[in-house]
Amino acid sequence: MHQTFEAALEINLLHANQEGAEHNREHFDQWGITCFNVMSSPGAGKTELLEKTLSALNSELKMAVIEGDMTTELDAERLRQYNVPVIAINTGRSCHLDSKMVAGGIHTFSHQYSPQDFDLIFVENVGNLVCPAEFEVGEHAKVALLSITEGEDKPLKYPIMFQEADCLLITKTDLAPYLDVDIDRIADNVRQMNPNVTIISVSAKTGEGLEAWFNWVQTQVKARLSRDEKQFTLP
Amino acid sequence: MHETDMTKALILTVKDWYESQPEKPTITKIYLIVGKFTCVEPVSLQFAFEVQTRNTFLAGVELVIRETPLIAFCHQCQQEYQPQMGLQYACPDCHSPMDDIRSGRELKIDRIEYSSLITKNN
Repeated sequence: MHQTFEAALEINLLHANQEGAEHNREHFDQWGITCFNVMSSPGAGKTELLEKTLSALNSELKMAVIEGDMTTELDAERLRQYNVPVIAINTGRSCHLDSKMVAGGIHTFSHQYSPQDFDLIFVENVGNLVCPAEFEVGEHAKVALLSITEGEDKPLKYPIMFQEADCLLITKTDLAPYLDVDIDRIADNVRQMNPNVTIISVSAKTGEGLEAWFNWVQTQVKARLSRDEKQFTLP
Repeated sequence: MHETDMTKALILTVKDWYESQPEKPTITKIYLIVGKFTCVEPVSLQFAFEVQTRNTFLAGVELVIRETPLIAFCHQCQQEYQPQMGLQYACPDCHSPMDDIRSGRELKIDRIEYSSLITKNN
């Protein structure tokens, strides 16, 4: 005779990814490396922003990029021009990077470099406003981009990424004269679900606002370095 | 199609549980809790589950998804409110930003229903 039973599991659906992300982060912490997860819809300007950042901060920070792209190495090739290590991860049909893929990227770096070779690793996620936000990869901060051509309502329609972001870059501000777009409203729409986010308006084309972004990056890296130094001095 | 990856994770978790059971029970239902403030679409999850479990030990198992609403707590007004997804997330009364989500972010395998043969002692 059969009888029906129930077993309580109460396990997060993404627990395996979450554990992998925490594992990656432990490694980064141990090595004194800061990691940013850079996310946006396709074409918001992630690669362009990274190009400007690698070029401007190359003498001050030791940087590397883990580049997620569905099929090509085009973005990775663009970034390799700046003489920083770039690992391209083709996600295939998957629309986001997960912690396991990023662990693979870290593993590849570890064959050729040592932890002292890096202060900061950018993970450039697959262009997608929806799911990258649900899959942590081991980052210390999430950086979201929204270009002004995408419209003021996008943070309201795709809230998770904007609600989770530590820094929001409103990009392509040089196009503002040609569009009916209210940049303050974009910022307000994000702040109503994420009051603590740092919002910076930038144009990678004209350079406007980039200095504020570079400062934010450097502040984050320095804050982590000083915290790690403090940890080392503990008895 | 991130529901595909989530379904893979779901199947692996259930498989771990199944393999830890000495008598390999017949699983009949899997109960999930999916918050409305997540990137998961229950219909896509159902579809991915049906496709991925064909010809496996989970074939024909019913996936029961309970959705939880987005509920936030306004510390200014000391009360809960339901933000209007896609339109307005700030508190409707005092317009304070949404900074304390109480429900809606869940993505959880709640429980498994299974049937097992009762072994008679005498």
